Amino acid sequence: MRKLLLAFIIILTTFVYLGRLTYLQLIDNSSQNPLDDTAIKAVYDYPERGHIYDRNGKLLVDNQPSYDVMVIPREVKPLDTLEFCTLLNITTEDFDKKFRKANNYSPRLPSVFVQQLSKKEYAVLQEKMRKYEGFYIQKRSLRHYITHVGANVLGYISEVNERDLKNNTYYQSGELIGRQGVEKQYEETLRGRKGVKFIQKDRFNRVIGSYKGGIYDTLPVPGKDIQLTLDIDLQAYGEKLMQNKRGGIVAIEPSTGQILTLVTAPSYDPALLVGRERSKNYTQLYYDSIAKPLYDRGLIAMYPPGSPFKAVNALIGLQEGVIDENSTVVCNGGYHYGRGAFMRCHCSYGSINDMNRGIYRSCNTYFASTYRKIIEKYPSAEEGLNAWNEHVKSFGLGDFLGYDLPIGKAGRVPSATTYNSIYGENRWFATNTISNSIGQGEILTTPIQLANLTAIIANRGSYYTPHIIKKIENDTIAHDFIIEKHTSIDPENFEPVVQGMHDVYEKGTARFLKIPGIEIAGKTGTAENFTRIEGKRVQLTDHSIFVAFAPVDNPKIAIAVFVENGYWGSRWAGRISGLMIDKYINGTVSRTDLEAYVLQGSLIDEYEKPLGGESFYINDGKTYNEWPKPKEEEIPQSKAINTPTTDE
Amino acid sequence: MNNFIKSIDWFSILLYACLVFIGWINIYSTTYSSDHQGLMNLDTFHGKQLMFIIVSFLTIIITLAIETKFYERFSSVIYLATILSLAGLFLFGKNINGATSWYAIGGMTLQPSEFAKAATALALANFVSDIQTDLNNFKDLLKAFAIICLPALLIIPQPDPGSALVYLAFFFVLYREGLSANYLLVGVFGAIVFISTLLIGTLWVSLITIVILILWYFITKRRKRKISVFRLVTITIVTIAVSYSVSFIYDHVFEQRHRDRFSLWLRLEHNPAELDHIRKTIGYNTYQSESAIGSGGFSGKGFLEGTRTKGNFVPEQHTDYIFSTVGEEWGFMGSGLVVLLFAALVLRVIFLAERQKSSFSRIYGYSVASILFFHFAINIGMVIGLLPTIGIPLPFFSYGGSGLLGFTMLLFIFLKLDANRINEW
Repeated sequence: MRKLLLAFIIILTTFVYLGRLTYLQLIDNSSQNPLDDTAIKAVYDYPERGHIYDRNGKLLVDNQPSYDVMVIPREVKPLDTLEFCTLLNITTEDFDKKFRKANNYSPRLPSVFVQQLSKKEYAVLQEKMRKYEGFYIQKRSLRHYITHVGANVLGYISEVNERDLKNNTYYQSGELIGRQGVEKQYEETLRGRKGVKFIQKDRFNRVIGSYKGGIYDTLPVPGKDIQLTLDIDLQAYGEKLMQNKRGGIVAIEPSTGQILTLVTAPSYDPALLVGRERSKNYTQLYYDSIAKPLYDRGLIAMYPPGSPFKAVNALIGLQEGVIDENSTVVCNGGYHYGRGAFMRCHCSYGSINDMNRGIYRSCNTYFASTYRKIIEKYPSAEEGLNAWNEHVKSFGLGDFLGYDLPIGKAGRVPSATTYNSIYGENRWFATNTISNSIGQGEILTTPIQLANLTAIIANRGSYYTPHIIKKIENDTIAHDFIIEKHTSIDPENFEPVVQGMHDVYEKGTARFLKIPGIEIAGKTGTAENFTRIEGKRVQLTDHSIFVAFAPVDNPKIAIAVFVENGYWGSRWAGRISGLMIDKYINGTVSRTDLEAYVLQGSLIDEYEKPLGGESFYINDGKTYNEWPKPKEEEIPQSKAINTPTTDE
Repeated sequence: MNNFIKSIDWFSILLYACLVFIGWINIYSTTYSSDHQGLMNLDTFHGKQLMFIIVSFLTIIITLAIETKFYERFSSVIYLATILSLAGLFLFGKNINGATSWYAIGGMTLQPSEFAKAATALALANFVSDIQTDLNNFKDLLKAFAIICLPALLIIPQPDPGSALVYLAFFFVLYREGLSANYLLVGVFGAIVFISTLLIGTLWVSLITIVILILWYFITKRRKRKISVFRLVTITIVTIAVSYSVSFIYDHVFEQRHRDRFSLWLRLEHNPAELDHIRKTIGYNTYQSESAIGSGGFSGKGFLEGTRTKGNFVPEQHTDYIFSTVGEEWGFMGSGLVVLLFAALVLRVIFLAERQKSSFSRIYGYSVASILFFHFAINIGMVIGLLPTIGIPLPFFSYGGSGLLGFTMLLFIFLKLDANRINEW
C-alpha cells in the first residue's frame, strides 16, 4: 500500500490530464473560431450605401469615393522617399513626421498616412503603389450631399462608438452608422450587409489563400435606395423663409399622410458633417446651446397648441351633441366661470356668436362655454374629462404618432388622473380645467401633431400616420402607413368647423393673408412661453402659431407653422403658411409682399433679449409694427386668463 | 567502466533526452522570429538554452564520475551549503521580476532554490536511512520535518511560494518510509473541507458533516470496531471550526488577487458573463494558454506555425507556459506524448527506487520521483486550467539554466546511485 500510493496518484493524474487535453483539443472547438486567430485575417467588403431621393425623384444624397493612403510601419521597406512624396504632394519632412506618428501609434496596425486623396491623385498613385511595401490605399465611401437643406430629416452618419459596438455585434470599430434622421431610421436598409473573406496567412504574414476554401466567406448585400415623401423645393423654400427666426414648419399631404416638409430653424448644411472638418463642425453645432441647430423643433418641441385646438373642442361638442352649429353664446368681453374667475375675450360687449363666428373670431367665451357643456354632460367631472380625453386622443395627440423618424415627444393630453393628482379626487370641476377649452393649460402638442391634426380636419375625420418614406427599392414601406385611421368624430360634424376655418381667411384673423386662386382654411394661434433667467421664471414674447390646409374642398396640403417669440399667429406663422401653400400648389409665389416681409424680417433682436442681462419688453412688436395688428387677433392668453392660479 | 555502462539505466536517460530535446524545440518556436538568428546566438532564449543543455551534458559526466559514497557522506555538507546560499540571497540576491531568487555572477544568474531540492533530498535520505531514525518517534519526525521545512521557509519570503510548495512532495517520501497514515488523512480531510467550504459555504459543510457522522455512527453501531460518540463530536467540532476559519481566512486574510484565482479555479462566479470577464482579465494567462492548446486540435498547427505562439498571446510562454506551445503546434499527439513521457519517467524512477538495496538510494530516488511529479502535475495542471495559477517551471522543458541544471543533477545523482546498486551490500 505504502509503495503503491505515489504510483497510483501519478497514473490517476496522467489520465485526468489526458482527459482534459482530449476535451480542450478534440471536443471543445470554441478556440478554433477563425476571427480569433491571428493567422486568419478577415477582409471586409463594404457595399455602397443606398441613395436618397425626394418625392419627385430628385437625388438628395449619394456617395463619393475617398481614398486614404494607409501605412503599416513594420512592413515598410526602404523606398524612394522623394518620388513617393512627389506623388502624394507632401514634403519629406511631412513624410518623416507622419511616419513617426504612425509608428508611435503602432508598428503593426494600419494608420492613416494621407487622408482623402482626390480621384486624380489616386489614379496616378494606384499604378505605382506596388513599389512601396507597407503602404496601401484604402477606399472609403463618404456621403455626398447634392442638397443643402433638410439636414434634420436626412440626418448624418458617423463612426460607431463603444455603445453601438456593445449593442449590435454587426458593427466593428471604425465602421459607420446612421446617427439621426432617415440615416438612422433606415440604417439597415441603406447600409446593406458587408461581405467578409477570411484569408489565411503564414508565419511571415504572407497571404497563402482563402481560409478553408472560403466556406465561411459571405458576399456583400448592397444597400437599397430610398425615396422620401419630402418635396425638396418646398423644404428649401421653407428653410429660406425661416432664416433669422426660430421655429418649425410641418406640411403633410392629407390624403396620404406623407410629410412634404419638415423644417426646423435654425438648421445647418448637411455637408458640414462629412469629411475632414466633420468633427470640428459637429462640436460647434453641438455646443450651440442657444440656437440649438441640432434640435429638431418640428418633432420634439412641445407647446400649448393655443387657438387651433378650439377646432377640436368644437368637433367634440358637436359629436357629444351638446351644441349644434347654430347654438349661440353671448360674449360680454369674456367668460365668468367662478367666483372672481374670468377669462377675457376681445369680443365687444354683447356679441352673439354662433359656431362659425366663434371659430373665425376665435371667441374664448364660446369655447369655454362649449367645453363646460361637454364636461358637464356627464354625472361627474372625472367621467366628463375622460370622455373628452378619449376624443382628443383619437386625433393622435398625447401620443408618439408612430412616424418613421427616430426622435419624438408624446405631448400631453390631461386626463382625470392629471387633475386628481393636482386637486385631489372629486375636488375639481369643469371650471378648474377651463384652460383646455382654448388649448392652454395642461395640454401640450408637438408641431407634427398639430400638422396631423390639421390634416385630420382637412380629411374630415380620418388620417394616415405621417411618414417620410415613400418608396424603398425592391421593398414595401411599413404597412401601418397605408392604413386609414379614424377619429371618434363623425365626418358630417367636420363641415361647420371647416367652414369656420375657411372664414378665418374670408372674414377673420387671416383675411389679410388670402392667396389669390386658392381657397384656404386656417386658424391662428398664440402660445405663452417662459424661460428661466437666474432661477426666476420670466415670460418671453408669445410664440406665433398657424395651421392651415388648402384647397378647402380637395386638400392637397395641411401645414402647421410656429415661430418662436413671433408674437401673434398671423404675423409670422400665418404669412409663412400662405407662402408655403402657394408655393406647393401653384409652384410660384403671388403674394410677393408677404414674401418680402418674411424674408427681410428677423427675430434675432427678440432672441437676444433674455441674454442681454437687462430687463426687456415683450410682445411689443416695435421693430415690425408697420403691419397693423388686426383688431380681431386674439388676446394673448397671459392676459386672457384671470384665474388666481395663472400667476403662480 | 564497461560494467558501469551496462548497469546504468539507459531507459531513464532516453526519456530525459527526449524531454530536453522536445523542450528545446518548443523554446525555439516561442522565441523564433522571421529574422534569422543563429542557433547559438546568446541573445536569444533558444541560444542560451542550447548552451545550458551543453553545460548540463558536462554536469552529467561529472555527476556520474563522482564516487557514489560521496553523495551520502557529504549530503550534510551539501545541505548546509545550500541553506547558506539561500540565506545569502537576503544579503546579496538580485531582484528579477520582483523576486530576489538569484545570484548574479558575471553575466549569468544562478537560482539556488533550483539546487536546494536535490540537496534537501540528499539530506533527508541520509537522515531517514540512518539505522537509528524512527519516523514513528515524534522527535525524529520533527527533525525530518525541520530538514524539509528549513529551505522552504527560506524560499517563501523571496517571494517564491510556488517553489516552496514543491517541498510538500517530501511527504510522499516520509509516508513511503513509515509515516503514520493519519497525517495523510488529515491532509486530505483539510483539503476537502477547504474546497467544499469555498464551493458550498460553511453552513452546508457543517450540515453535511453532521449528517455523515450520524450515519457513520448508526452504521458502525452493531460492529465491534464502533466509533465512540466522543470522537464523533470532536471530529464534527473540528470540521466546523476549520470550515469557519477557512471562510474567515478567505474573506479577510487573502488578498483580492488570491480570491480571484480561487474563484476562477472553482468557478465560484455563476454569472456566465462575469465569469467570462474574469477569465479574460484575471485568468488571462490561463485563458490564453487554454485557447492556444485548444486551437492545436488533434495534430497541431505544425512546427513554427503556432499563430498564438507567434503572436505572443500567451505570457511567459518560454518558461512556465511552455506546454501551451506543445499543445498548439503539436496538437493532442504532442501534448499527450509529453504527458506520457513525464509519467513514464516518474514511474521508472519509482521502479528503480524500489529495487535499491541501500535505503539511502531508495529514499533519495523516491524523493526525485516525488519532486518531478509535483512539478509536472502542478505546472501542466495550471497550463491546462485544472489548477490555480502557481508559478513553477516544467522540469527539463522550461527555459532557465538553473532549473535545467538542478533537475539534471537531481536525476543523475540517482542514476549514479542506481548504477552502483550492485556494489552495495
